[in-house]
Amino acid sequence: MLQEWVIVAASFAYLGVLFAIAYYGDRRAAAGRSIIANPYIYALSLAVYCTTWTFYGSVGRAASSGVGFLPVYLGPTLMVPLWWYVMRKILRISKAYRITSIADFVASRYGKSQVLGGLVTVIAVLGVIPYISLQLKAISGSFTILRHYPEVVMPGKALAQPFLQDSALYIAMMLAAFTILFGTRHLDATERHEGLVAAIAFESVVKLLAFLVVGAFVTFGVYRGFGDVFRLAERTPDLRALLTVPSTSGSYVTWAFLTLLSMLSIMFLPRQFQITVVENVDEDHLGKAIWLFPLYLLLINVFVLPVAIGGLSLLAGAGVDADTFVLTLPIAQQKEALTLFAFIGGLSAGTGMVIVETIALSTMVCNDLVMPVLLRMKSLRLNAWPDVSGLLLSIRRLAIGAILLLGYAYFRIAGDAYALVAIGLISFAAVAQFAPAILGGIYWRGGTRSGAIAGLSAGFVVWGYTLLLPSFAKSGWLPSRFLTDGLFGLALLRPQELFGLTGMDEIPHSLFWSMLANIGLYVGVSVASRPGVAETSQAALFVDVFERTHAFDRSRFWRGSASVQDLLPLTGRFLGPERAREAFLAYARRRGCSSLDTLPADADLVHFAETQLAGAIGGASARVLVASVVQEEPVGIDEVMDILDEASQVRAYSRELEQKSRELETATAELRAANAQLQELDRMKDEFMSSVTHELRTPLTSIRAFSEILREDPRTNLADRARFLAIIVKETERLTRLINQLLDMAKIESGSAEWHTSELDVQEAIQDSVDATSQLFRDSGVELTVSLEAAPRVRADRDRLVQVIMNLLSNAVKFCPRGGRVEVRLAPAPDGVRVDVQDSGPGISPADHEIIFEKFRQVSDTLTGKPRGTGLGLPISRRIVEHFGGRLWVESEPGHGATFSFVLPLDAGARAAGESPAHAVARKGVGR
Amino acid sequence: MSKRVLIVDDEPSIVLSLEYLLKREGYETAVAPDGEAALEAMAAAPDLVVLDVMLPKLNGFEVCERIRADARWRGTKILMLTARGRDTEVARGLRAGADAYVTKPFSTKDLMAKMNELLGARR
Repeated sequence: MLQEWVIVAASFAYLGVLFAIAYYGDRRAAAGRSIIANPYIYALSLAVYCTTWTFYGSVGRAASSGVGFLPVYLGPTLMVPLWWYVMRKILRISKAYRITSIADFVASRYGKSQVLGGLVTVIAVLGVIPYISLQLKAISGSFTILRHYPEVVMPGKALAQPFLQDSALYIAMMLAAFTILFGTRHLDATERHEGLVAAIAFESVVKLLAFLVVGAFVTFGVYRGFGDVFRLAERTPDLRALLTVPSTSGSYVTWAFLTLLSMLSIMFLPRQFQITVVENVDEDHLGKAIWLFPLYLLLINVFVLPVAIGGLSLLAGAGVDADTFVLTLPIAQQKEALTLFAFIGGLSAGTGMVIVETIALSTMVCNDLVMPVLLRMKSLRLNAWPDVSGLLLSIRRLAIGAILLLGYAYFRIAGDAYALVAIGLISFAAVAQFAPAILGGIYWRGGTRSGAIAGLSAGFVVWGYTLLLPSFAKSGWLPSRFLTDGLFGLALLRPQELFGLTGMDEIPHSLFWSMLANIGLYVGVSVASRPGVAETSQAALFVDVFERTHAFDRSRFWRGSASVQDLLPLTGRFLGPERAREAFLAYARRRGCSSLDTLPADADLVHFAETQLAGAIGGASARVLVASVVQEEPVGIDEVMDILDEASQVRAYSRELEQKSRELETATAELRAANAQLQELDRMKDEFMSSVTHELRTPLTSIRAFSEILREDPRTNLADRARFLAIIVKETERLTRLINQLLDMAKIESGSAEWHTSELDVQEAIQDSVDATSQLFRDSGVELTVSLEAAPRVRADRDRLVQVIMNLLSNAVKFCPRGGRVEVRLAPAPDGVRVDVQDSGPGISPADHEIIFEKFRQVSDTLTGKPRGTGLGLPISRRIVEHFGGRLWVESEPGHGATFSFVLPLDAGARAAGESPAHAVARKGVGR
Repeated sequence: MSKRVLIVDDEPSIVLSLEYLLKREGYETAVAPDGEAALEAMAAAPDLVVLDVMLPKLNGFEVCERIRADARWRGTKILMLTARGRDTEVARGLRAGADAYVTKPFSTKDLMAKMNELLGARR
């Protein structure tokens, strides 16, 4: 039997544990040993996303629409991995500028606009209040149900209860007290609430465990595992539909819209922004959170369908609300402890959400709504107050109380009209309105304040008209004709079928119209309006946060100075004199100053003070305050544009430079290669000149030596005289031959050689060559055999061809010893004719097979002494054969003679005729 | 006993002219057509080696260095001949240990004067 006092005591005991954890967390943080500085706590605290709406509502939605509960979790699962790009940027910006809330973020981005900050705050408060009231409803409902244990009794209509007997009121008050304890012990909103985060992480564990235990009990205790549950669902006609997405036309649209909606909510719900951004300890924690958090969502959803199916089949007839299955199933099974644990789980989910959400909202209300107004009220003379920090805390505490009371009021008015899920989605749709201004703000420099105000306002108005007002109408607070006939009885203005758009559920319908208005106006007005100085600079700072993190860069937009004597008291009024002094001292040390008096009164100091103030009262108010003491020289829009242009020019320029330097590297590599080639060519030319010199000087040496001998010594005998003269003549001939061949080579290589190409019979050319060299063979005592098969005619230059064959024959005879043999053969080849000149000389070692075709690279042999040629015969012959498209090569083994062969293709003439001088030059580079 | 001169060159005509000139002066001559033959011919301990640079097998610089590396031939004079007379080669020849360096084509009178001078120093 669960006595009422047991429930109340358990609840307070649980809250006591929470508070102890928070207290311990704060103590540890103060001692510098944070317990939340790890990614696991961070990921768990993100699970503040899962409220009673998840804990009780998922089952409720699953009971009515089956797998339709999933999009709300699919969205975050899809979105969180993208955080590595999106949220990291938001985090970096928020840390750099000490952003205190989502309203502060938007206001700061658009030129520290107080109007925008206020607007975001209003939207957030109005949008989220239904969500808070939902928590109150769930907690008080679960409390009522628990009180009737072991009977299953549904809570009555909220309005039916007298005000003072309504447990929801007391719960709201208790939560307000608790939130004030948790959240407003310190002032600086950017100083993280470490204890709070630890408590929230603990709550995430409790609610997950509670849900898993209930789910496991239903699945394995009541039934025999998942298979059993789903077989039951398959057999029951009513339940079978839960397992599939209904095939009606709107259901996929709904899925897509809900997924998108929850993708935005996971970022822009005030409490999510608070936990993800404001309370974040380390940017790198995102890395683990992007897989841990989706895992958490997976776990908390595993048992949703079994519990829903179990509840429907066991409790359906008893008029039990599906939203309560998590609690009523254990009750129906008479499991007392389990029931209490489930209640604690729900309490955990509800309190976590309410505390964080209310803290986030109260910060926004204080910094972006109340403070700007107070600062404007000159009669208050807020600037002259010695310490405003107490006032700030009071404002926040009042705001917390007010927000919870508003939540309670909504619960009294509209709470009964909606299931949990529907209320939650209304809030989701409200905060989704922030998406264009924030996402556009961090990626699009062109977004302006006017655009953001227009977009947000329009989106908010459409949201209110299509979602909030209908929720009032359904509660009877507005006439129901408003829903059925539209405003002023105009059918086009029916709030849930706006402009005749039917066939969509209310949430997709509202999201569609509000986003259309929001994005359209944001982009349209931004493009059309001209941003001011502050906007332009803030836009640049936000969009380029990764490039522009240096403080100097930020303070460049601030031209002006104020002394420490002005700024320290100002900051002290809002942060408390002691904390302000500490902060300024730390800053002075960073700047390398020993005391506050030596701090330079420059723009950087002003910027520092403003950032400190922003942490307490938000960017927009801080801007106003600092401006009141700073001798500010106006920075003109042109100047700001210059600075920005400079920055973007520098970026463009550096991209250009990178491009240029890549091009340069390529060019350098090409040049290096070309240079190496040139050097190689130069070396070859040098080598060539050296060889030519040598070849010319050698015969000249003999000629001069013998000429001088003959001239100076008239007594030389006749025989010697004749011998010497013969040598002179022979060497002269050698010189002439060399010079002719050099010229020939040069002509062929430069492409200026003349070619007289005609169709000819190779047999005849060979015969002519043989005839011309027959005397040489006789003199050398070398035998020559000729074997000519019939071969097709080819097109070539007859004289050149004879030159080649004679060169090969004279080489052969030169290398043959007396009594050697040379054979010349002609045969048809597959696509032309082939000529071989085979000798019985000493042969050529394989290493020299190519070298002998290089200029002046003769290979001598020891048997015959060094044969004397010009060293140009073979290179010239090869070039001639190649000119006709043929090939000249040698096959030989030392000691077994050598065979020089060439083939001429049949279409040789065509090739030769078509060859241009340029072609020949090109070949020169490759050849030798 | 007349001085012995080893002529190392692979160009028959030049060898012929050098032999004629040296014999006319009363020297004894030997001929080697390549670098290896030159080193073999060193066994006869010539007083002067007339050494061409562009030689088959071992080139003139290498032959020169090997002769200089052998203590037996410390007294042998070396006169290098080359048809590639570039400054770098003159320097390299002298570095290799040659006593004189003459480029082709040479004046017979100057060459004989140089050889007489090298040989006369030992007289």
